[in-house]
Formats: sequence, structure tokens, C-alpha cells
Amino acid sequence: MNSVFVLSGLGIFSLLAEIFNAKRFLFPVVVLGLVASALLLMADWNQGTAHYSNMLTFDNYAVAFSMTLSLIAALWFLMSKDYFADHAHTTDHFSLVLFAVIGAMFMVSYTNLAMLFLGIEVLSISLYVLAGSSFGDIFSNEASFKYFLMGSFATGFLLFGIALIYGVTASFDLHVIAAHISAGTGDKTTWLYAGILLLIVGLGFKISAVPFHFWAPDVYEGAPTVITAFMSTIVKIAAFAGFYRLFSICFATVSGEWTDVVQVLAILTLLVSNITAVYQHSVKRMLAYSSVSHAGYLLISLLALNTISASAILYYAVAYALATITAFTVLHNIEADDENAVIDSFNGLVKRNPYLAFCMAIAMLSLAGIPPLAGFFAKYYMFTVAFKSGYIALVVLAVVTSLIGIYYYFRIIIAMYLKSTEKTGAIRVPLRHSVIFAITLLLIVIFGVFPELLVGLV
Amino acid sequence: MLTLFLIFWPLVATLVLFILRPDEAKRWALAASLLEMALCLTMTFAFDASRTAQFVVDQPWVASLGINFHAGIDGITLLLVLLTTVLTPLIILSSFKQNYENAPSFYGLVLFMEMALVGVFCALDGFLFYIFWEMALIPIYFICLRWGGVNRGPVTLKFFIYTLAGSLIMLVGLLYLYYHTPGDHSFDIKALYAAGHSLSPAEQGIIFWALFAAFAVKMPIFPFHTWQPDTYHTAPTPGTMLLAGIMLKMGIYGVIRWLIPVVPEGVEKWGSTVLTLSVIGIVYASFLAILQKDLKRLIAYSSIAHVGLIAAGIFTLNKVGMQGAMVQMISHGIVIVGLFYIIDIIVARTATQEMANLGGIRLSAPRFNTAFIIILLGSVALPLTSGFVGEFLLINAVFQYHFVTGAFAALTMILGAVYMLRSFQITMLGENNATTKVFSDLDRKEKWVLYPVVTLVLLIGIFPGPLLNISAVAVDDLLTIVMNYQAGIGH
Repeated sequence: MNSVFVLSGLGIFSLLAEIFNAKRFLFPVVVLGLVASALLLMADWNQGTAHYSNMLTFDNYAVAFSMTLSLIAALWFLMSKDYFADHAHTTDHFSLVLFAVIGAMFMVSYTNLAMLFLGIEVLSISLYVLAGSSFGDIFSNEASFKYFLMGSFATGFLLFGIALIYGVTASFDLHVIAAHISAGTGDKTTWLYAGILLLIVGLGFKISAVPFHFWAPDVYEGAPTVITAFMSTIVKIAAFAGFYRLFSICFATVSGEWTDVVQVLAILTLLVSNITAVYQHSVKRMLAYSSVSHAGYLLISLLALNTISASAILYYAVAYALATITAFTVLHNIEADDENAVIDSFNGLVKRNPYLAFCMAIAMLSLAGIPPLAGFFAKYYMFTVAFKSGYIALVVLAVVTSLIGIYYYFRIIIAMYLKSTEKTGAIRVPLRHSVIFAITLLLIVIFGVFPELLVGLV
Repeated sequence: MLTLFLIFWPLVATLVLFILRPDEAKRWALAASLLEMALCLTMTFAFDASRTAQFVVDQPWVASLGINFHAGIDGITLLLVLLTTVLTPLIILSSFKQNYENAPSFYGLVLFMEMALVGVFCALDGFLFYIFWEMALIPIYFICLRWGGVNRGPVTLKFFIYTLAGSLIMLVGLLYLYYHTPGDHSFDIKALYAAGHSLSPAEQGIIFWALFAAFAVKMPIFPFHTWQPDTYHTAPTPGTMLLAGIMLKMGIYGVIRWLIPVVPEGVEKWGSTVLTLSVIGIVYASFLAILQKDLKRLIAYSSIAHVGLIAAGIFTLNKVGMQGAMVQMISHGIVIVGLFYIIDIIVARTATQEMANLGGIRLSAPRFNTAFIIILLGSVALPLTSGFVGEFLLINAVFQYHFVTGAFAALTMILGAVYMLRSFQITMLGENNATTKVFSDLDRKEKWVLYPVVTLVLLIGIFPGPLLNISAVAVDDLLTIVMNYQAGIGH
């Protein structure tokens, strides 16, 4: 809980930094603050304390995900410092991002539907602004507007769902709802199921599950690259962790009623996203579809809903976020001289900067799920989760779609190592980015080889 | 402890490689692989041929999921690890005359590959086996992608997706077995055997194909072979040697250790199908080999034929066949590395691998000629060469299994002689032409590769006893597992 205070303090500090002329210190303070907030969270481990009349509960699930979010956010700041330097309102943007992280933390630690809603709104409203933060760029504006319209629409579904659940159970508190549902809801059962369905639609939009994914590629492509990186890591993880928290606590007892819907979502998400990604030329769009496809793998664990689901989600989220941050950092460097990179922009990268090419290759291999990298164990763990609950056919489908995934991830590797390019200038990588690469690559390998570090934490 | 060192020493060597100066990469890689070979030879002398798994390491790895780092060496493993560790220095040495761009990466990948291969052969835990199995694919993919020939992008991607598809299907199969192990589930090889034996015949049939998918693609067995000729052709010579010399043995090894004892009923049901496919593959590949004009492709097809015979011998499920397969795997690995190096020398001297452009090399390069003919005779299984022992046992086993199948399988010897001798005749005999007139004989570096190969071909041919002794107990042990199962269900 203290970490939420620290982050709020940081957010306010960065708002005021302009006035007190403290902009110089802002960046180091924020990065250190995020790391500190992750360390503070450790104090909450195994405590499970509830705050504000059960609004937020920092159980191990919440702590693990909040730590992940803080650390990924710290990496993200290292990655995107130059983007802020190029834009006038550094301080505003810093505080928007920080508040978005707080929203994300609410989404993984809520025990009250009101806090879920609040978290989603804090996160989303900051993002609507951030997506449009490249003022001069018409696509950035379009992305922002599209995200806002679709986001509000989805929020409507979510609210309606919450209202129906409240109507049935007369509470916003997750545990009260759960108790009420397992005690039987009598003649209001229909409204309960309608509510669950609306929640699936609203949250399905947030995790961009097919068929609620149409906004994702456009928004990801239009938004500035660093914001896209933020959306595809922090937002994705928070939204999914929130989704799982709600359904595993409240609706596990009636899982028979909604797993069919989620199964359809999972199948569609796996198939459509992977197949569409094959046809993309823009790297950002490709990564957008890849991020949609990873939502599909995550949905498998929600569907299976057994004792190891939560830990599989945590592992998957960490593995996915590390590889994605690496990929976006490389992309960010490529785009320094070539805005809106297509796959051909990676041509001959190994000649221009072999180190950068190596990092991208590892990121792609991890996303594709090749051992001994973390991405492999993440997928493998997902498969065991599904197997445990008997979803063998779904595992076979996921295996097929990960094969399709190889195709588009390897297009970048082939471009980097095989194709030639006229561009000769070597790409200089700033020290901050080298730090990110060192951290992420090391973690990708360490978590891949010693999965036990994360497995079974939650 | 020794096993751990044996598996991970090449990895350590890979990391050291990147600290050294780029021009030292070659020599360091050679030194590291020789050290690995020395270690393996030491273990061979310490190995007790009358026992099964030795030098066992068993450490919890992902304890909550029943995954252990369980590795050990028995006779079957030892032979294959010997093959790997003896061939790797030869392969590295054979690349000394090439100046590969970015040498540290190249040799790093070769050593990394060696680690994965040794790991595959030593693993006694299903998950560990799978990890090493996949890890062997990454370095060879990058070797082919970065240092390969024309059209390597699509060819290597096809190779990668093909083999990975097989592996992933195997993963599903392994998971299925894992969830049929008792208690908290385990990936231990004994637990997986028990799980496999507990399945119904129909389930065993499905698991058979799930596991066999990976092995069949890797070997490759007809009709899963379509990636192979193109990949062998496109890969740089050291890559082809790794693929043909060692990597395809992964598939055969997989069948021996991870298929036959796991689902005996499935093997019983589908073994004859696979045997038939193998024999079809032998004949089909032999005829295609006869039609090839390109030397590298000819050897690629010959490899399919030889592997077909090994697979056929294994699926007869008798001891003679298994033992024959073991010897033939070793022989094939050595011979094919020699043959690919011969082609590499020809290409380096004449810049062509079309047989029609060659001829009369014998006249200008007598030593090269002698080495070529001995290795070639090893390939066509002349008595007193390494190929004879294995092929004789294999064909013997297939004949015992079924007369007609045996007759077709025996064609591999005749057809093999046809295409190999024909290639020799066209390239080495006849009249000189402008390119071959100036063909210089073997130099010192080339002798260092070819003479050991020639020696091994003759040595194994004349004294096959030690090899057969090493694997005898382990083969018996595997067949006992199968027989106990069959006795248990009343066959």
C-alpha cells in the first residue's frame, strides 16, 4: 500500500516540478521512486492486508503484479526519456504516466468493483491523453480519439455489468459477491449471467481479445512508439490481472456458465491475431497483433481456472513484458532515423549494429517461445495449466498458432541477419537503453533457465 | 558431476569465445572441443559396460512441476556422445580454411550446438530432453541463416518451422504422458514409461504418432523428409556436417529411448507402418540419389536411404537390429562428415559441385583419391569398413522380421553402390579437364581431418567388438522393458 502513496507523491511532485524548477531531478527521482515502490511492496508480502474497508487488498497476487508493474514502469521510463525531452510538457506527461501506473495497481489489487472501475478509468484517461501526446501527428490524434471512443464504450459495458451484479448480490465487495453467488442467487440468476457477460465484453475490450480487438492495431500504430510500448506491457498486464482476479474470486463457482464464452474468445483470439499478424508490414502493427495473440494465451489460464492459473499468468506476464520492452526499445532506436518502421527497416541491422540485432533476436525468440528463454516456459506453463483442466484440444490449437507465430517473428530475424540495406550509418544506442537490454536479456535467460524463481509465487 | 561438466563445458567455452580476440576464435573452439572429446574418452574408460545408467545427476529443477535435472550415461548414450564429441573437433577443424565473417559467433554457435546435442543424449527427464532438443535447433538455424548459400532465407525457415512443428507435437505428447504419471506428476523417464504403459492401446497409438512426429522429421523418414535435401544443400559445410553427422541421430535416439519403451503397444500397432515407410524411403531416396547431378544433393539423398535402413532395423524390435542401428549411427556419422568434407574440398578447388564438370581428379590428387575411396567404401558397406558391420546386422534383422521387406531393404546396399561408385567414377576417374588438371592434393589441414576419418572407418570395420559391447547392456535393458510390458498384458 505504501507504494501507492509513493507513486502518488511522485505524480504530484512531477506536476509541481515545473513550478519549482526541479525538472532536472525529475527523471532520476521517478525511476528511483518506482524501484523504491517495488521494494516497499515486498513488505506487504504474505500480509494480505485489506485497506479502506476492503477496497484494496494487497494479497500475494496483488503484490506480485504490482511489483512487476513498478519495475516494468521503471524500465519503460529508461526507455522513453528522450521522447519526453523532445516534447514541451515533460512534467505533465511524467505525472500522467505515474497516475496510469497507480490505476494499473488498483486494477490488480482491488477487492471492490468500484476500485476496479476507478483503476480502469485512472489508467484509461491518462492513456487517452498520452496516445495523443504527439500533437503535430494526425495519426497520434486519431489514435487518441479512437481509443477514447472505444474505451468509453467498453466502460459502458463494464459499468452496466457491475450494476447488474450489484442488483443481484447487493454488494460491490468481491468476497461478499462470491459468498452470495455460491449460496445461490435464486430467481435473479439470469441477471447474474447477463452481468457476467457484460463484464466479459468490457474487460475483453481492455485486454483486446478478439472480437473486441479492432481498436488495438490502429491505436498501437498511431500512438507514439513509447506509448505503444506502455500500452502493450503495463496496460495489458494490469487489465488481464484484473480480469482474472474478478473471475477467479467471484465467479469461479459458476464457471460452467461462462467458460464457453471465454473459450470462444480464446480460440478466436489465438487464430485471428496470429493469422493477421503474418500479413503486417508495419512492425508496430505486427507487435500489436502479437500482443493480441498473447492475450489469447493468457485467456487459456482464465479458462482453466485451477490452482496454478494465477502463477502461470504471473510468469507469462513477466516473460511477455520483458521481451516486449526489449523489442520496443530496439524499435525506438530504429525509428530514430525512420519513423513508422516496417519490417524492411530492420534489413541488415546486424551490419549496422550487431548488438541491437542480437537483442531483437532474443526478444523475438522469446516471444515465439523458443527454449531456454522465458517465453518458452511461459507458453509451456500455460499448456500445463490447460492440460490440468483437460483442455487438450485448446493446447493443440495453441501449438498450431505458436507455429504461425514463428513465421512472423522470424521475418524480423531474417530481415536483420539476411537482407542487405543501403543504409550504412551505424546506430548509436544510448547508455540507458544498453542498461535496459542488459537487465531484460539477463532476466529473460534467468527466468527461462530457473523458472522456479517465479513459479508458485502466487 | 562429470556429466554436468560434459554437458555444460561447451557452453562455458562459448561464453569465453566472446571475450577473446576474433582471430583466436577458431583455435579456442578447436581446443575446447578437443578438451570435451578428452573428457568423453576419459568417461568411456571409466564406464562400466555391464551396468546401465552411470554418472547420474539428479537435481530438482522446477520441483513444483515435477521437473528434475536428471541426466546420466548408459551404453546407448555413451556411443552417441562419443560420436558428437569426436565429430565436433573434426567439423571445427574442417572449417579452418574458410574465413567465416564474424568467426566468434560462428564457432560459438557450433559449440552451443554441441552442448545441446550432448544434453539431448544424456537427458533422463522428459522436460530436460525437450529443452535440449529445441535448443539444438536454434544454433543450426542461425548457422544456416547467416553463413548459408543461395536462397537460404526461405529454405532455413521451412526447415525451422517443419522441425519445430514436429517438436511441439511431441511436447503435447509428453504433456499427455506427464498428466498420466501418478501422484503430483513427474517428468522422470521411469515415470513416463510407467505412464505410457498405463495407457489404453488406442491412446498409445496417438501418443506414438505425437512423439514420432518430432523424431520422423528430424531423421528424416519418408514422407517427412522434404526439408532435408534443400537444407543440406544450402547450409554451409560445417552446418551440413552437424545436421547429417549428429543431428539426425537425435531422431533415431529419440525413437530408441523415448518412443519404443514409452508406448510399446503403440509401437506394436504402428511399427510395421513405419517400417514400410522406411523401406519405401530407402528405395525412393536411392533412386533419387542416382538421378542427382549435384554432389551435395546426392549425399543428402543417400543419407535418407541410410537412415531409412536404421529406422527399419530399430522397428524390428530385435536385439540384432538395435545393435546394428547403434553401430550404423556411428559409422554413418563419421562417413558422412568425411564425404561432405570431400565435397567441400572439391568445391574449394574447382568452384563447382556439379559432377558433370569434374573428372580425372585421381590423376592430379592421388592421396585425396585414396581417402575418398576408403570413405566411399565405408558408405557402400564393403566388408572391413565401418558401414559393413551396421548394415549387415540391420539387414539381417529386417530379413528376420519379414523376408520381402528385408529384400527391399537390402536394395540399399546395391543401389548405394550404384550411386556412390557412379559419383566416384564421374568425378575422380576418366580424363582431366581444365579445372581438374590443376587440382592440388591434400594439404596439411585437410589431412588432419580426413586421415582420422579414414582411420575410424577402417578401425570400426575391423574391430567393431568394443562398440557392440558398450551398447549391449543398455539395448538389452530397453528390450526387457518392452518384453516385460508385453508379458504383463499377456502377449
